[in-house]
Amino acid sequence: MSGEEFVPLSLTPLLIGTFAAIACALPGNFLVLRKQALIGDAISHVVLPGIVVAFLITGTISTWPMMLGAAGAAVVAVVLIEAIRRLGQIEPGAAMGVVFTTMFAAGVLLLEQTDTSTVHLDVEHALYGNLESLIWLDATGWSSLLDTEALSGLPPELPRIALTLVGVSLFTWLFWRPLKISTFDEGFARTIGIRTGVLGMALVITAAIAAVAAFDAVGSIIVIAMFICPPAAARMLTNRLEAQIAWSVVFAIAAAVSGYVLAGYGPLWLGGADAVSASGMIATMSGLILALAAMFGPCRARIGAHMSV
Amino acid sequence: MLWDALTLQLGYNATLVAIGATLLGVSAGVTGTFLFLRKRALVSDAISHATLPGVCLAFMVLVALGGDGRNLLGLLAGSAISAWIGLLCMNWLTRHTRLAEDAAIGAVLSVFFGFGIVLLTVIQTMGVGRQAGLEGFLLGSTAGMLWADAMIIAIGGAATLLMVMIIRRPMILVAFDPEFAAARGLPVHRIDLAMMGLVMAVTVVGLKIVGLILIVALLIIPAVTARFWSERSDHVVILAGVAGGLAGYIGAAISASAPNLPTGPIIVLVSFAFFVVSLFFAPIRGVLAAVLRHLRFQRRVHIRQGLLALAQGQKIYEPLTLRLLRRAGLVRADGVATDIGKARAAKALRDEKRWEIVRADQAHEATAALYDGLRDIETVLTRDQIAEIDRRIGGPMGVPV
Repeated sequence: MSGEEFVPLSLTPLLIGTFAAIACALPGNFLVLRKQALIGDAISHVVLPGIVVAFLITGTISTWPMMLGAAGAAVVAVVLIEAIRRLGQIEPGAAMGVVFTTMFAAGVLLLEQTDTSTVHLDVEHALYGNLESLIWLDATGWSSLLDTEALSGLPPELPRIALTLVGVSLFTWLFWRPLKISTFDEGFARTIGIRTGVLGMALVITAAIAAVAAFDAVGSIIVIAMFICPPAAARMLTNRLEAQIAWSVVFAIAAAVSGYVLAGYGPLWLGGADAVSASGMIATMSGLILALAAMFGPCRARIGAHMSV
Repeated sequence: MLWDALTLQLGYNATLVAIGATLLGVSAGVTGTFLFLRKRALVSDAISHATLPGVCLAFMVLVALGGDGRNLLGLLAGSAISAWIGLLCMNWLTRHTRLAEDAAIGAVLSVFFGFGIVLLTVIQTMGVGRQAGLEGFLLGSTAGMLWADAMIIAIGGAATLLMVMIIRRPMILVAFDPEFAAARGLPVHRIDLAMMGLVMAVTVVGLKIVGLILIVALLIIPAVTARFWSERSDHVVILAGVAGGLAGYIGAAISASAPNLPTGPIIVLVSFAFFVVSLFFAPIRGVLAAVLRHLRFQRRVHIRQGLLALAQGQKIYEPLTLRLLRRAGLVRADGVATDIGKARAAKALRDEKRWEIVRADQAHEATAALYDGLRDIETVLTRDQIAEIDRRIGGPMGVPV
């Protein structure tokens, strides 16, 4: 495949998918260990009403209002879940289920009520994203990477998700020690003066930012898959957190690249004519990686559990 | 218009949808309650997302066989098979790996749904057309509900309810105390799988009306709502069925009464409205009841402390205490105790002294543990016991006996 074809058509979606996968997998490691894995699921459902409301207020589908709306909805959801859990003394899973299904329903209703046929805003797009369309039309080949005029035509999703990835990495790096201690032993973390409540909230907010940025480019389903599958697969391979995070990044990249390639070229190899959903394929590949790790990973069983049965 | 819809006067199709939604609401509410009591509410999320690849594969098979592709029974069978596979994957992950249940739920739901979306795009490029009905499975679509669809929903719902009736006792036992159930010799794992099977049946049946994303709401919200109103599991199950059925009925009626009101979301929002009302106004467990309870407690503490202050001749500065005492007719506006107030204050002080003796006495250890500064001593000791304590306190000071 030559650069003339690869750079404009595949390079940017590939990079965006990979960056999104890593940005979600990093906080996902802590969420999986803290048994908060489904926060990604809740966030990705409530983003829809946020986007619709932002659209209704501004009347345009420009990016920043939408991102703000989505982030606002995520915060509202987290607060609501906590309020319902405390006020009603309901277990967290059920409280989460009540909130995110209701907010999603409200989003769908708003979408149906407003005339969105003229704009590019629909539920399917929210669910599966639109990775294939994020092409870089101004590029002519590898040389375009040095051409400032062509670079200005980059799809805006790419710098945005790259920035998010940098932010998420920075958060993980800066708060590495407190995050690690409070994840494994919250009581101990509190006794040595770590403010675990604030840190936990910061983690959820970081995850929400990663989710919203990734959602914008690749749809909600990939967000949930990347929060959970690469960290879960990495957890089967090692008992050390450092190694787990490294493996999760490797798996996220592997899922993103293989998923994108299979979605784009797999059907051609099988004799089909059209590509299939790249986001869906990336999620599928992450599931395959998890399945392999769950079957053959050296650290897959709970310590003390029977290996047979 | 809404009244017409509620009284089923809006034509054949609207009536069919209303009845179907009601039946679905009842069976989802009842089944979801067991899931909720087992603290596995979000398992339904994984099950519902896992139906998508099955629906798509069934469509492809039906088309390949030369059929219509939108045959509801075929699609439902496909969705049931893939949901069951998803359930087994989730079960296997939680039992045989170190993954927690929430990670297993998330992994299954995202991977199955992602694969389903891949299949959806394959179908879109197959060029056979007539796949329009398939997107409806995402968010539900009732506009074209046929008599046959309604019958499938009715029969499926009734069968689920019957199964719930049969295995409700072991399910309740497992939900509240799995260890005890295992010790009694119940096959806990198999009962759990049966419960999941029922949830799966409701999910599959509900796909057509509310879609695979919102069916989760019908399974969870009525159960949480009903839990506010009762402490008895069988009552919670029945109440959840009623709440689910009403939400289905009212939601379907509202959505039929105006254009652009999709049935699934409206049913969910009606259900949520019931939840909010219950959260605030349920007796005992509701927020309002808790606030009233707190205020009552606060009032008793203030009156008690006020009476003790009066008895010891101290001046009361706390405005709330003064207001409460005045309203109860225990003090006059200038803060001087009335006759009743004096009597009650003397009694309060004497009770305090009685408690002091009770708490110092080893023989009354169990009783002493009940002391909280508010409990009337008459409620824990007999008249004879109090008389015995009073002998130790002695008569009024400074008064010749």
